[in-house]
Amino acid sequence: SSAAMAALRGRALLAPLGARLKAGPRAPLRSSASAPPLYDVVVSGGGMVGSAMAAVLGHDIHFHDKKIALLEAGPRKEYDHMPDSYSNRVSSISPGSATLLSSCGAWDHVCSLRLKPFRRMQVWDACSEAMIVFEKDDLDDMGYIVENDVIMSALTKELDAVADRVEVFYRSKAVGYTWPLPSHSCDTSPWVQVELADGRRLQTKLLIGADGHNSVVRKEAEIKNIEYQYDQSAVVATLHLSEATDNNVAWQRFLPTGPIALLPLSDTASSLVWSTSHDHASELVAMDEESFVDSINSAFWSNINHSDFIDTAGAMFRSAISLLKPSGTAVRQLPPSVAKVDPQSRAMFPLGMGHATEYVQHRVALIGDAAHRVHPLAGQGVNLGFGDVACLAHHLSAAAFNGSDLGSLKHLLKFETERQRHNVSLIAATDVLKRLYSTTLAPLVLLRTWGLQATNALPPVKVRI
Amino acid sequence: LFRFTVKRPFSTSHSSVDSKEIKKFQLLAHKWWDEEGEYAALHSMNDIRVPFIRDTLLSMNSNYHLGNPLSGIKILDVGCGGGLLSEPLGRLGASVTGIDPVEDNIRTADQHKSFDPVLAKRIQYKSSSLEEIVEESMETFDVIVASEVVEHVADLETFIKCCSQVLKPEGSLFITTINKTQLSYVLGIVVAEKIMGIVPEGTHEWEKFVPPEELERLLESNGFSVKTMSGMLYNPLSGSWRWMESTSLNYAVHAVKAGARAQSHTTDTPPETDIQQRSATAGT
Repeated sequence: SSAAMAALRGRALLAPLGARLKAGPRAPLRSSASAPPLYDVVVSGGGMVGSAMAAVLGHDIHFHDKKIALLEAGPRKEYDHMPDSYSNRVSSISPGSATLLSSCGAWDHVCSLRLKPFRRMQVWDACSEAMIVFEKDDLDDMGYIVENDVIMSALTKELDAVADRVEVFYRSKAVGYTWPLPSHSCDTSPWVQVELADGRRLQTKLLIGADGHNSVVRKEAEIKNIEYQYDQSAVVATLHLSEATDNNVAWQRFLPTGPIALLPLSDTASSLVWSTSHDHASELVAMDEESFVDSINSAFWSNINHSDFIDTAGAMFRSAISLLKPSGTAVRQLPPSVAKVDPQSRAMFPLGMGHATEYVQHRVALIGDAAHRVHPLAGQGVNLGFGDVACLAHHLSAAAFNGSDLGSLKHLLKFETERQRHNVSLIAATDVLKRLYSTTLAPLVLLRTWGLQATNALPPVKVRI
Repeated sequence: LFRFTVKRPFSTSHSSVDSKEIKKFQLLAHKWWDEEGEYAALHSMNDIRVPFIRDTLLSMNSNYHLGNPLSGIKILDVGCGGGLLSEPLGRLGASVTGIDPVEDNIRTADQHKSFDPVLAKRIQYKSSSLEEIVEESMETFDVIVASEVVEHVADLETFIKCCSQVLKPEGSLFITTINKTQLSYVLGIVVAEKIMGIVPEGTHEWEKFVPPEELERLLESNGFSVKTMSGMLYNPLSGSWRWMESTSLNYAVHAVKAGARAQSHTTDTPPETDIQQRSATAGT
C-alpha cells in the first residue's frame, strides 16, 4: 500500500542492529507487479578497475551460470588499432597486474595494440646526489607503461567474449541505491535496488562500487572516507625525445615542488607526469611549447637546489657505503632530453589522498579509487585497484563454489582485511614520501638523502619495494 | 541406558518426531536467517558441511560442470529448519526437497527463498515428518542430508529405516551430529548453552546424543555402508568450524545405501570392519 511505501521510504526507526547497517531509503515491499531484473553482481563504474572486475568474474568457472551487470556512465571504448599519437593518460602496470589481465584474456589484446616494457627505474633527489635504482636481476621487465585507452579497449573485447554472463550498460549512470533491511525482516526485498538515470531499475545480491574517488556508492552507503587534498596538481603530456634511444628506463626526480616523472612510451616518445603546485601547474599548461620543454629539461638536469653541505655529507656517506658494500652504489644514468611536446596533449588534474574506513558492508564492496586514492609518485594507483580485483574475485569465486549468498559479509570481510593490510601501509608510505620530499630544509634533505642511499645499498629493502 | 523399542516403520503413531523438540524450535522460527544471531554456528557450519557434501558427490560422479556442480542431483534435506543448508545446495544446482515438522520453520524457509527466482524453482519445502513422505517418495532421492537432526529424533532406527526407503540404491546419506561423551556434555551443553550462549539453551539433551559407534552399527545393520567418518570442531572465538580427527564432540558421516543387487541379503550377516577414511575435504 502507498502508506506503507511512504513509511518505508522515511529514515529507519530502528536503531542499527548490527555493526554495519545503513539508514536511508528502504527497499520497497515485494509487490505482485514484475520485479526489476535480479543480478548476482552489479559493478557500478566501467573504468579500468570496474571493467576488469566484471571481466574476471565473467571468465570465472564458478560464475558460469551467474548474471553480472556492469554500469558505465560513458560510451563504449574500443579500438582496433590505436591512433598514431599517444594518449596523455597512461599507467604503470606492474607484473602482478599484467597477470590479472592475462587471466581474463585481456593482456593479449594489450600486447597487440601497444605497450612499453621498462627494465629499470631511476629515482633521485633534486637537492642532492642521492639516487636509487630499481632493476630486476634476471633482466625481466619491471613493469609496463600502457595507455589507459589501450587497457579499456582490451577489457571491452573480453567483456564481449563473455556477453552471455556479463551485461554491460553503457551511457547508464546509477543515480540512486536502496539498501536492504537487516536479514531477519522478511517482508521486504533482501536485495540492493539500483536506479539508473533513465528510470530503469535493477536488483542485485552484491553491489561492487568501482566508481572512482568521488564514489557515489561509498557516499550512499555512508562509509566514512579519510580524505586530504594535496595542494598539488599533476601535469601530463606526451613528449618527443631529442634522439631515439632504448628508452626502457622510468625516470623520476624529486623536486622541492614535487616529483617529475618521465615514463617511456616508445623509442622516441615518453609520457610526462609532473606533480607540482596548482599555480605552477597552471603556468606549465598555459606557457608556449618551447618554454614548456625547457622547463622539463631544466627540472631533470639542473643542480640549482644542491647545497655544498648536503653534497659533501652525501659524498661521505657514499664512501662509507662503498667500503662496507662495494656494489652498493650504482652508476647514475642520464635521463633523455626532451625536444618537443605533442600539441594538445597537455592537461592537468588535482591530486589528493583518500582511504575508506570500510571497504565492505552487507551486500556492498568498494574497489579501486572508490576505496583508496593515492599520489601518483609511486605509480601504484591502478595496480592497487587491480590487486583489489584479484583478491575480491578469489573470495567471490570460493563463495560461489560453496553455494554461499554472494552478498554475505563473511567473505567480504576477508577481502577487506587482506586488502586493507596491503593498501594502508603503501598509501601511508606514499603519503610520507610525498611530504618528506616537499621540502628543502637541510636536515630533512640529509635524512632522505642518506635514507635513499642506504635503501639503494640494501637489497632486501629494495626487493620489498 | 538406551531403550530402543521396536517400532513398525509405517505407523504414524510411532514416529521419529519428538513433540517436545518441536516446541523448542517453534520459539526461534524467525531467527534462522540472522547470520549473527542464535543460529550463527549453524550458518558457519556451512563452510565445512557444504564442501564436504559437494566434494563427496563430485568424487562419485565424473560427469559434472564446475559452474553447476550438483546439477541433476535430487536431495532430501531432513529437518531443514529455515533452509540454511537447502539454499547453498540449491545454489550449487541440486533439486532440493526440504522437510521439517515445525510449520513455522517451513514458512520462514519458503519466504526466504521466494526472493530468489532460481532458488524458488530448485527448492521445495514441506511441513512434514520423514515417515509421512515415505509412501509417496520410495527410492526417489539421490542424496539425503540429515544435519544436526539425529540428536533430536525420538527413534533413531526408525529414522534410518525411513532414510533407506526414500533413498535410491547406492544413494548417499550425510549425517552431522554430536557424540555422547563427557566432553560433549561439558563443552556441548554446559559451555555452549549455559555459559557462552553459542546454542540456545535447552536445544540439546545430552541423553539423546549419538555415539558414532552406535550410529555406525545402526546404519550398517539397515543396509548402509559407512564410507567416511570425521570429527568437527567449533572455535567460538573465531566463530568457525574445522575438521579434526577425534569424533568426541561433533562429527560427520557419509554412508552409502547398498546397491539393488545387495538389497536381498539379510541384515544379520555380520558387518565387515570398514576402514574409516578421513574425509578428503578435511582442512579445506
